[in-house]
Amino acid sequence: MIPEIGHFALVLAFIVAIAQGVVPLWGAHKGAGRLMSFADQASYLQFGLLTLSFAALAHAYLVSDFTVLNVVQNSHSLKPILYKFAGTWGNHEGSLLLWVWMLALFGAAVALFGKNLPPSLRARVLAVQGIIAIGFLAFMLATSNPFLREIPPPLDGNDLNPLLQDPGLALHPPLLYVGYVGFSLVFSFAVAALIEGRIDPAWARWVRPWTLVAWTALGAGIALGARWAYYELGWGGWWFWDPVENVSFMPWIVGTALLHCVSVVEKREAFRAWTVLLAILAFSLSLLGTFIVRSGLLTSVHAFAVDPERGVFILVLLFIAIGGSLLLYAWRAPTLTGGGSFGLVSRESGLLLNNLLLSTATATVLVGTLYPLFLDMITGEVVSVGPPFYNKTFVPLSIPLFVLMGIGPFLAWKKADLGRVFNVLLIAALASMAVAAVAAVLLGGGPVMAVIFLGLSAWLVISSALEMAERVRLFRIPLGDSWARLKGLPRRQWGMTLAHAGMGIAILGMTGSTVWKDERIETLQIGQSMEIAGYTLTLDSIDDVVGPNYQSEMATLSVTYGGSDLGVLQPERRFYPVQQMPTTEAAIRISLGGDLYAVLGDTRAAGAQGYLVRVYYEPLVIWIWIGTVVLTLGGIISIAARQPRLAKTRQRVRQAPQPAE
Amino acid sequence: MKPKRKRLAVVAAALLCLGGATALVLTAFDESLAYFYSPMNIVAEPPGPQQPVRLGGLVAPGSVERTGTDVRFIVTDEVENVPVFYSGILPDLFREGQGVVVEGKLSRGGLFEAHTVLAKHDENYMPAEVADALKASGAWRHGEPPPGVTLPPENAGGGYTQ
Repeated sequence: MIPEIGHFALVLAFIVAIAQGVVPLWGAHKGAGRLMSFADQASYLQFGLLTLSFAALAHAYLVSDFTVLNVVQNSHSLKPILYKFAGTWGNHEGSLLLWVWMLALFGAAVALFGKNLPPSLRARVLAVQGIIAIGFLAFMLATSNPFLREIPPPLDGNDLNPLLQDPGLALHPPLLYVGYVGFSLVFSFAVAALIEGRIDPAWARWVRPWTLVAWTALGAGIALGARWAYYELGWGGWWFWDPVENVSFMPWIVGTALLHCVSVVEKREAFRAWTVLLAILAFSLSLLGTFIVRSGLLTSVHAFAVDPERGVFILVLLFIAIGGSLLLYAWRAPTLTGGGSFGLVSRESGLLLNNLLLSTATATVLVGTLYPLFLDMITGEVVSVGPPFYNKTFVPLSIPLFVLMGIGPFLAWKKADLGRVFNVLLIAALASMAVAAVAAVLLGGGPVMAVIFLGLSAWLVISSALEMAERVRLFRIPLGDSWARLKGLPRRQWGMTLAHAGMGIAILGMTGSTVWKDERIETLQIGQSMEIAGYTLTLDSIDDVVGPNYQSEMATLSVTYGGSDLGVLQPERRFYPVQQMPTTEAAIRISLGGDLYAVLGDTRAAGAQGYLVRVYYEPLVIWIWIGTVVLTLGGIISIAARQPRLAKTRQRVRQAPQPAE
Repeated sequence: MKPKRKRLAVVAAALLCLGGATALVLTAFDESLAYFYSPMNIVAEPPGPQQPVRLGGLVAPGSVERTGTDVRFIVTDEVENVPVFYSGILPDLFREGQGVVVEGKLSRGGLFEAHTVLAKHDENYMPAEVADALKASGAWRHGEPPPGVTLPPENAGGGYTQ
């Protein structure tokens, strides 16, 4: 009964979405207040219905209702409860349901908190959200209904892919979706503004926090995915430039550009058309990210289903959404010209260059991701584009970007005086070169490119710190006054500084673990040892272990460094009988200097020669996670920032009618 | 600064970025694109010894030999056989008789030196390019289940012993 309620709610939500997509648009066109305010009610109703629907599916998963086909295919009664719940979105149908549920959540949030938006803008934003929901719900109901029944029910389910049974991964898709769906809201604001033909600082003040929410969540989701790949896949890597990784990364880069651009609209009213274009692109890439992963165009652990009917539906949806919005843009954007003028050296110019570089970098990733698809379609030749391609394109393009990232915050709006900040920048540059040189010597030399990136890492951290010091006039006024200034700094300032410094910290980890990584593979008998990066690992035993829904063989390796005992590493090879799937569980010893990462090879192949053991030494890898946490923190602080100017406008609006009374 | 000159500067910066990126993309394509070969293709038109390529097919049953960390096996499409050498730990789902993709270079002697071995992600899934190659070679005829999908006996009982 409950699954039927869920299905019914989904159908009702589809009908509400149609009404939400049409009525408020008409109302806004005619200036009819009643029709416009229908958008609010429709958004709440939509959210309620989809919550009901999602709860019904989650319930089916939690109680292991094997009369529901989706549960049969993706769950198992013995699965731990967390993964039963996470299984709700660990599959194609469920993940789409989560997506539209979030869409409705964000829509309801605009209806609830957006009371101070101009009514016609709010109505149009919600209508565009409704139109997006129409597309998604039609796709779900036509090709991907999560509530299909399986009668008679089987005794038990097929289980979730064991690789995906991981706490970090339970959170990875929802975070990515907050990002994708957040950009849908920004997109709706952009399209609504195009229809209205008006973009002003008030618009930007609305768009900015939503962009921040989307950007922060997407970044955190990507980082979680990278972390998952690092400890779960057993290859010792955290990023493979795999197409499915790229499609989540591209909206993040464009989102970064958008974030910087929106503040220009807000402060200086410049770059308005470009901002709208970026909003459209960020969402288009998010759609690509949602669908390319599911469509079977790219095969990987993420591809839940390969179904041509879905593929065609997806292409049509993408075509309508992206093509339609770009067409609207081409038609309406020329009206959005003007804005404040600015000098060649100014914050605006810096951000313009930042946007150019970010867009170009995104374009290289897009080319690398889609080129094999196009080549296959046109010539039938099958090629793969791997890390070497991105190392030669994206990586060098990021150098000027990171250099600029250190300078930008020092530049004033409108017209900046480079001479005034030149000394500070020189200090930062010299200090980073020194840090890079020392680090390179400590790591035992390395390629020029790697040393450059160590320098850039230091540059971002040092320049962020110096910029902060400059703001509080450190050592130029008494320390107590500086402290007072520091406490008084707006949260946005803190957010930016943390985000820039966090990026710098992450670069340190990325560079260290990529360039100075060490790998040893040896066959060990019980009692034999191997050495890597000064560590000695001795194979003590191999034991059989039984887990809740798997069987495992666990190696115990004792680790010593320079004679001192550092405990044991216990890598496992698990076997999940329901899915007939073996997995590798790496054992990792984490430290600030570098991780020791051990993997046990296939024990069936182990004969008289011993057991295959692979060990990686990953210098500085932990700084990637620390950096992304700082980056995310920067985002969260910025989201929480009060909007002083908005409060002022509100006051003015409130006071304005008084004289008229 | 006059608006006209400013616009010129913006356009110049944009062109510089795009031009630089295009140059980078083109050189990178030249050096790092890996073409996919089936055993049939690689024997018919062998790539140069410096050319990074991917080879996909089935792991020939009974062909896997291990010495320490070194592995030798044969990738076949039931028309041609290509010997492969790899040093390292094979992926979890590497099995004889099942689909595999190896990345590396073909040496002059015809031995494929792999730096990466990719096996399929789950039991029912066959890399799309391998499936196409097998259909082309006739090893997988239309309407039949794909080769290698039946479980090897050691796993059919759910056991996982050495």
